[in-house]
This record gives sequence, structure tokens and C-alpha cells, in this order.
Amino acid sequence: MKLLYFAWLRGKLGKPGEDLTPPAHVTNVGELLDWLETVSPAHKAALADRRAVRVAVNQDYAAADHPVRPGDEIALFPPVTGG
Amino acid sequence: MIRVQAEDFDIGAELSRMTAGRSDIGGLASFIGLVREVTEEGALKAMTLEHYPGMTEKRLGEIEAEALSRWPISASLIIHRYGRLLPGERIVLVATAASHRQAALEGCQFLIDWLKTKAPFWKLEETAAGGQWVAARDTDDHAAERWRKS
Repeated sequence: MKLLYFAWLRGKLGKPGEDLTPPAHVTNVGELLDWLETVSPAHKAALADRRAVRVAVNQDYAAADHPVRPGDEIALFPPVTGG
Repeated sequence: MIRVQAEDFDIGAELSRMTAGRSDIGGLASFIGLVREVTEEGALKAMTLEHYPGMTEKRLGEIEAEALSRWPISASLIIHRYGRLLPGERIVLVATAASHRQAALEGCQFLIDWLKTKAPFWKLEETAAGGQWVAARDTDDHAAERWRKS
């Protein structure tokens, strides 16, 4: 699974993304975030305020119950501030 | 038309191109967003726009398609820059052309309001205090919300 991080999430994690293989019980966005928190202290800190994290699955916004599969592109980022 | 680019754009040339050779357009509305020097953290030295290549273009395309489905718009253009910009530099151009002004003006405002809350861009402000990611604003959410269909 390809993870991408943007804005301060990239800063807190110290990298723009990574390839990770979550365990089989991770089937949706919410479960993925729960598992990501256990990967490292940096991941836990970056995801501490879950309300400040938006998720896109294959470049579409996704809620906590959206399914995730091996091979998906999952992006984590703060609320957008363009324009 | 959607363009996401690092380079600046020529407002006059872009707007002229939208109506060139056409006689059905009665009004052209535009909005240009600029880097403002004044911030809550003090004088801005620069602003860096980050985006999500791929998803950004996809979202902007959907926002434009939504505008075209709601208003009788003859031509539309969104240009959004990324990278490090200095105070006074242009960030974004949104323009809509239509037979009549109401569709052009409303469509233009809709595009910028929705772009601000839905397109994956993030602003990093540089001041003497260092770099600070800009937080999303409730007022932007409210501006976008009023275009939601009930």
C-alpha cells in the first residue's frame, strides 16, 4: 500500500510517503489510521488529532468506513487551504 | 480548462483567449487571488503552495464540471500556481464566460469558494518567526456551504 503525506503531516513524519503492508484485519480507512498509529512514535504523534487529518483513497476523499486494499494509493493531509 | 503550474500567468492574455473568435459571450467574470504580505504572525516573506499532483487536477476538473452543470457557462478557466511565491504574486485565476452576467458572476464565485475548500492545496507562510502551515478557516467552509444544494 502506497502512503502519501502532505503539508504538516509530511513534516511530522519526516518523509513524503512510504510503502507499507498493513495486517489483514485492516480493511477500511479508520482501521488503517488505528494501525498506522502503532507503526512508530512519529506516526502516533502525527495522527494524534484525528479531526485534523483528511484521507484520500486513490485520489478521492474517503471517510473512515471507506474500504482500503493492497495496491491502493492512500494520502493523508490536513484540511486544504488553497485559492 | 484546468491548469496547475509553477509559472505566473498573463491575466489579459488568458481572459482574451477565452472569448477570442466567439460572439455568443455577453459577460466574462474573473477572480485573481494574490499573496498578501500581512499575516497574523507578522510580515510575510514568502508563501509556498504545496499540492497533490494528480488529485489536484482531478478535483479541479470535478469542481469545474459542477459549475458547468449548474450555470449556462460558455467557457471556464482555472489556473492555480504552486511553489514558493512572494508577496504581491498571483496565486490563482478563476474565470467564467457566459451569455449573461449572472451565470458568469455566480459561476466564478462558486468556483473559487469550492476550490478553497475542496482542492488539495496547502499554504506554508514564511515570516521572521519561521514557517507556519496555514489553518483552514471556518469562513471558507461557510462560503462554500452556501452553494450546497438543499
